[in-house]
Amino acid sequence: MATLAVRRAPLGGFSFENCKRNSILESEASKVGFSVPTARKTGTTICGVVFKDGIVLGADTRATEGMVVADKNCSKIHYISPNIYCCGAGTAADTEMTTQIISSNLELHALSTGRQPRVATANRMLKQMLFRYQGYIGAALVLGGVDCNGPHLYSIYPHGSTDKLPYVTMGSGSLAAMAVFEDRYKTGMEEEEAKQLVRDAIAAGIFNDLGSGSNIDLCVITKGNVDYIRPHDEANKKGVRHGELEGVQLTGDYRYKRGTTAVLSKVVNPLDLELLEETVQTMDTS
Amino acid sequence: MFVSQNFGESGKMKEYHYAGPTEHRFSPYAFNGGTVLAVAGEDFAIVASDTRLSEGYSIHSRDSPKCYKLTDTTVLGCSGFHGDCLTLTKIIDARLKMYKHSNNKTMTSGAIAAMLSTILYSRRFFPYYVYNIIGGLDEQGKGAVYSFDPVGSYQRDTYKAGGSASAMLQPLLDNQIGFKNMEGVEHVPLTKDKAVQLVKDVFVSAAERDVYTGDALRICIVTKEGIEEQNIPLRKD
Repeated sequence: MATLAVRRAPLGGFSFENCKRNSILESEASKVGFSVPTARKTGTTICGVVFKDGIVLGADTRATEGMVVADKNCSKIHYISPNIYCCGAGTAADTEMTTQIISSNLELHALSTGRQPRVATANRMLKQMLFRYQGYIGAALVLGGVDCNGPHLYSIYPHGSTDKLPYVTMGSGSLAAMAVFEDRYKTGMEEEEAKQLVRDAIAAGIFNDLGSGSNIDLCVITKGNVDYIRPHDEANKKGVRHGELEGVQLTGDYRYKRGTTAVLSKVVNPLDLELLEETVQTMDTS
Repeated sequence: MFVSQNFGESGKMKEYHYAGPTEHRFSPYAFNGGTVLAVAGEDFAIVASDTRLSEGYSIHSRDSPKCYKLTDTTVLGCSGFHGDCLTLTKIIDARLKMYKHSNNKTMTSGAIAAMLSTILYSRRFFPYYVYNIIGGLDEQGKGAVYSFDPVGSYQRDTYKAGGSASAMLQPLLDNQIGFKNMEGVEHVPLTKDKAVQLVKDVFVSAAERDVYTGDALRICIVTKEGIEEQNIPLRKD
């Protein structure tokens, strides 16, 4: 006999059920000597400018776990809609999921209205969600896009406040990037000038902030066209190993010969399979 | 991260958000980053360090090497709190001079190591926040490496990494120099050129993943001819 699971009607206001559970877990964990796992943050330098024909967004590509680099080439400029993109700083999972949720809702909204989505709509959706979670979603965003009313740029903070400005920076490298903007920003720049300015601002973050690094990604949004340039600038390449410089095989070779890991026993079970499709996915062996 | 002070023991939310009297402390230490590495060979020793001095998320200097030349046959690498590194090296220099004047000979690597251990332990209850590694030649002319902890415990090693990226470098050295976790590999003794290559490659890898390591690499190669210095650029981000 099937049991009926009756769904409770959603209560109004904030739901703090998990907060109770989390604080109990945290105190119990500290009694045993363990610490609650910390979320991975992106360190980060992100920024955006408004120029004559649209928006340029920029971001670095380093993700850190504490003070160790977890990802040397992660993508921080997220898609919201064909004419709106969003850079994210703070907790990596939060920026990723928040932008995906809003992107999905915005697509449904656009189908419902029959119009191209506006940047102000995305901004409103993001800030209402972040405020609802009272800052517990650690996402600091730079939202930019071009809609029927022209180019718009917003910065959105984890607690849900937003600022509509001609140039914004966020993340641990935001001070370094803002220093560049305050020096060289002008209204009504050309595209190349704006790209160079954003590139230089992110580079300032990459070289002067330990939480940011690797390459510079750019996203240029104009009316009817988006240029997602990844990477725009490979500001840092991995140092060349000295064995590779000369053609002669020198001692700088770190490949292991077969048998370096001892083979204790070997069992071969041939499987009768038919090859349908073959794909190659390369590892990052740099 | 949840503000657990808003919730009481039972999990019920507290009525008000008064945090209670909070104690503000002044910390006498700071962490300035940096990685040091020393390798001992048959007739040479190598001490290498990166040259980045950082604090928090900022960089103080891109050219602050952590290798200090003590005598013609000994180099000290120290990383950790830069203030204590400077004071410690001043004290060691003074003690070396005093020894020279009273005993009419230069201190040997082993003697310096033993002396450093006592200097560090004299501050057992307010330690020098420094990770030291001494590299040099012993009385027989063979390479020697002595590694220390912040309060003076030391031992003689063949190779040792210390500082912020030490956990990344040490296993790699264990494998490449100590031939650990490998079978059927011929234990070739380490030549000076191979050791220098290894040190350069290993720091390139450390700079990739540790944010505190980068900018440049300073290598001091100690042989009976003297101390040769090399500077290699590393990632600056």
